[in-house]
Amino acid sequence: MNWYGVKAIYRFELARFFRTLFQSIASPVISTSLYFIVFGSAIGGRMSEIDGISYGAFIVPGLMMLTILTESISNASFGIYMPKYSGTIYEILSAPVSALEIVLGYVGAAATKSLILGCIIFATAKFFVSFSVLHPLWMLAFLVLTALSFSLFGFIIGVWADGFEKLQIIPLMIITPLTFLGGSFYSIHMLPPFWQKVTLFNPIVYLISGFRWSFYGISDVGVGISLTMTGVFLLLCSLTIWWIFKTGYRLKR
Amino acid sequence: MSTQTAVDSMISVKNLSKVYASGFQALKDINLEIQPGEIFALLGPNGAGKTTLISIICGIVNASSGQVQAAGYDIQRDYRSARQAIGLVPQELSTDMFEKVWSTVRFSRGLFGKAPNDAYLEQVLKDLTLWDKKDNTIMTLSGGMKRRVMIAKALAHEPRILFLDEPTAGVDVELRREMWALVRKLRETGVTVILTTHYIEEAEEMADRIGIINKGQIMLVEQTRSLMKKLGKKELILDLAHPLAAIPEALQSFQLSLEADGHQLLYHFDDQAESTGIPLLLKQLAEAGIDFRDLHTRESSLEDIFVQLIGGRA
Ligand SMILES: Nc1ncnc2c1ncn2[C@@H]1O[C@H](COP(=O)(O)OP(=O)(O)OP(=O)(O)O)[C@@H](O)[C@H]1O
Ligand SMILES: [Mg+2]
Repeated sequence: MNWYGVKAIYRFELARFFRTLFQSIASPVISTSLYFIVFGSAIGGRMSEIDGISYGAFIVPGLMMLTILTESISNASFGIYMPKYSGTIYEILSAPVSALEIVLGYVGAAATKSLILGCIIFATAKFFVSFSVLHPLWMLAFLVLTALSFSLFGFIIGVWADGFEKLQIIPLMIITPLTFLGGSFYSIHMLPPFWQKVTLFNPIVYLISGFRWSFYGISDVGVGISLTMTGVFLLLCSLTIWWIFKTGYRLKR
Repeated sequence: MSTQTAVDSMISVKNLSKVYASGFQALKDINLEIQPGEIFALLGPNGAGKTTLISIICGIVNASSGQVQAAGYDIQRDYRSARQAIGLVPQELSTDMFEKVWSTVRFSRGLFGKAPNDAYLEQVLKDLTLWDKKDNTIMTLSGGMKRRVMIAKALAHEPRILFLDEPTAGVDVELRREMWALVRKLRETGVTVILTTHYIEEAEEMADRIGIINKGQIMLVEQTRSLMKKLGKKELILDLAHPLAAIPEALQSFQLSLEADGHQLLYHFDDQAESTGIPLLLKQLAEAGIDFRDLHTRESSLEDIFVQLIGGRA
């Protein structure tokens, strides 16, 4: 293993994050605060408790997931897209680093960033509502798994994208809707039976459900299923990346 | 260094071909051996395949067929060892604009699997007169400095082979000389240098051997000295004060021709020869009463050489 190489990529990527620390933190914190003000306080005050949890507390796990998903994808996709765009990818491609090492560097850094942001969102939420975490270790496990899977997914998007529009389109057109419809702001049991069935095709339902379980011990679907689905997604992304490097798809000519 | 193994060829390319996804064949059955410690110039016009060849050796482009070894290692099977031996300065200036010079060279060294060695990197930056810029972001540097930063990055992991893809394109005379001096200095430390260029005089100035590539084929590889003897024809051009209708009898012994409606007199000479004949020509011109306003020389261009090469083969 070329650990110096992994470290170099990892540190380079994190440096980019810290260079723009204010923007990196400000936008997720502001948007989360807005959600809490609008949904938690304004609307939430009129909402009844869901499964015995106050509405404000109920949306905390979903909001954290929302941030982690979008940040993982955008950080990882941007991280590998930029060198492709600027041409500096030549150095990565000509370096004695394996595909695994490249992915470890980029995806590791992107996941780290979104974990840091996840913690910041957690602290922000504490500021607005009171809640506690029932299974902190499981919470951490879901957090790490999700950050990793979606950073891998973002990496794939970054390799696939050949323009800034493509870089934006999947997060905007697919991930954000799926997250909103994935039970961030409601329990899927509140939906009519037909839509409950439809929702089960949304993979993000499982993530949010599992994550919420680690907080409050309540879930829309079984925790085992949640974990399995996350694992399957992780595996799919890993296989895709393996294929990308094996064929040189959009990295080498 | 003690871990380095001696090899017969620093770079060995066998039957290498490249067909791009577009279907365009950029390289056709390339065979090339580059000796340890030499400076090798790859000379060829735009689109000849120079960058493609370098990119394959460095692992940026996949070959369609053929084998390549660098420092004795197969670039596919032993890609780590092969790549660790190579430093690349690509043709395009592409750097991380927001990075600082110092962190970008440290990054390069780490990326190539070397433990940090700040003393070495300091020396590299000093050699490239970049040391006082080490805390500048790359964005704030001039084009010439950026190019030197890319050289510093390529040298950061102490490579045994350095590729310079058109190091002097768009570079002023001073920097060009600096670049040449740097390449010579590198060679003294045992680094094998492969550079590409469009300019014959650059190849002549720098290289021990020259390979000429055209349309994806290596047309010849030869010692610089003997190649120049064969091909390095020059022309002396005299802008005449008064046009001539014909070349005077007294000057018939020289290889002269008239151009620009008799306003220019062209003299072909071989600057590798013992005597160019120029002083004698000028003397006889004066004796014949032919005045000229200006004079300059012109080297045979790459195109001339190709014409000669292809002509010689037919
Ligand atoms: N990705 C690509 N897809 C298709 N054709 C390509 C690609 N890259 C290069 N080529 C073609 O391959 C040929 C060789 O290109 P290459 O860049 O190797 O030439 P070069 O000798 O470096 O030229 P220059 O002196 O202009 O840098 C050119 O005709 C070019 O158009
Ligand atoms: Mg080129």
